[in-house]
Amino acid sequence: MICLGIEGTAHSVGVGVVKEDNTKCKVMSNLIKTYMPEQGGIHPREAANHHALHIADLIKESVKEAKIDFSDIDLVSFSRGPGLGPCLRTAATAARALSLSLEKPIMGVNHCIAHLEIGPGTLDGCDDPVLLYTSGANTQVIAFAEGRYRVFGETLDIGIGNCLDKFGRSVGLEFPAGPKIEKLAIKGKKYLELPYSIKGMDIAFSGLLTAAEQYYKKGEKLEDICYSIQETTFAALTEVTERAMAHTEKDQVLLGGGVAANSRLRDMVNTMAKERNASFFVPSKDLCVDNGAMIAWLGVIMYNSGIRMEIKDSVIDQRFRTDMVDVIWRD
Amino acid sequence: MTEKVIYQGAEAKICISKYMGFDVIQKRRLKKSYRLKEIDEKLISCRTREEAKLIIEARQYGVPVPIIYDVDLKDGIITMEYLKGKRVKDILNDLKEPERKELCIKIGKSIARFHNNDIIHGDITTSNMILVGDKVHFIDFGLGEKNNEIETKGVDLHVLMEAIDSAHSKYSNCFKYVIEGYKKELKDDANKVIKKIEDVVKRGRYR
Repeated sequence: MICLGIEGTAHSVGVGVVKEDNTKCKVMSNLIKTYMPEQGGIHPREAANHHALHIADLIKESVKEAKIDFSDIDLVSFSRGPGLGPCLRTAATAARALSLSLEKPIMGVNHCIAHLEIGPGTLDGCDDPVLLYTSGANTQVIAFAEGRYRVFGETLDIGIGNCLDKFGRSVGLEFPAGPKIEKLAIKGKKYLELPYSIKGMDIAFSGLLTAAEQYYKKGEKLEDICYSIQETTFAALTEVTERAMAHTEKDQVLLGGGVAANSRLRDMVNTMAKERNASFFVPSKDLCVDNGAMIAWLGVIMYNSGIRMEIKDSVIDQRFRTDMVDVIWRD
Repeated sequence: MTEKVIYQGAEAKICISKYMGFDVIQKRRLKKSYRLKEIDEKLISCRTREEAKLIIEARQYGVPVPIIYDVDLKDGIITMEYLKGKRVKDILNDLKEPERKELCIKIGKSIARFHNNDIIHGDITTSNMILVGDKVHFIDFGLGEKNNEIETKGVDLHVLMEAIDSAHSKYSNCFKYVIEGYKKELKDDANKVIKKIEDVVKRGRYR
């Protein structure tokens, strides 16, 4: 089965083509275009306009790069949510148009679950992981339990990526600030104390953000602040991930989301996994960030498990929770 | 010194050990090499101190908890009474309805007693309750704090509600009985806290 997936939950619009190959996912193409605001954060309408401008070309290019014909596509998949309404609608509209014109079935999928399933889909030995999903808007620890993907811990205020970007903006680093903070942090030496806020399995970042901004105003070195932000937030993320692993008795951990590209976060989670005799997995970078291939792959899994969707039901859901989906493809 | 690990969680291990000749439980917090030494040491000593303080304080307000014998802040060890009883999680489903009701009311009263004094347990589950004789002891205040907000008390009870839903799903009226006991003992208006529990349920991300 060949599936084309369309992703458009936030600032990226992505189209990917995947092929099912003996229950594993073969990525045939995976193209992403990212909306970069001239200043400030993501404006939902501007982002949606950006997606609308590029989506048709991306679909054509991804089919070309996959070296297939449009007639080879068996399924069209798109992200139903969670995400920004205007962006979701743009991607869903493109998916519906493609599905109708090709006369092929459509499948709307949960974006967060797509981040998880691409792990088992592309990585050997990864079949039932605890996912630490860290991106701009989302920060969740997700694992399969009793028929659903449950959220074992999540941010109570802002996503970790959002926290890094907001700090970056207040000290003059351009969006996305994460990679720049990572570079600066390597040169940091002095640890500045920051709030380490864990409530049960949940986590909060806004207090830390304010404290970090205060350090900058007081004239502390930016390198040291970046170092301290990374050390504190990533340690807290690793801790809640470990708690979820202990709680669910799982011995695999998977990273996903844009912040998973950060080497320090990878190091910490890897060290934690080693100490627990657990295996550590991280998909290739283009499959960690928001992308169409993971959306296509989840579409394949759901379709194969017997789930069907009519065009009239292919509505988006901005607040589509991870634990709303009946996961009938796992037991 | 002989010690036997009876439970290992993500944050600490629980050992049976000897202290001045008798059996005790030791909660030993684990060092984590993934985090900076400064962060690790501070977290371990703070959490050990906070937990010991809460247990001692809860006892003063008439909540059955283990007696604390020793606190080692440097190595993060709390040495406490070895409660030889049964976890409420393991016995609750097997009780007869009137006994189950009585036990749940008792649990609710105890929770109200520490809430009256702004003690938040942080992880009220039936695994963290040990029945010894006719007393329900509360253990593991590792996620606890002092807080006077109704919000936090609501969150505290919400954890128990979810725990009962998952571990005792056939007996979901248990939580109703807990609330019955809670109402009897709480000095403040319990309905305010109950309203908060409903808010917490609605508040999860994307709900």
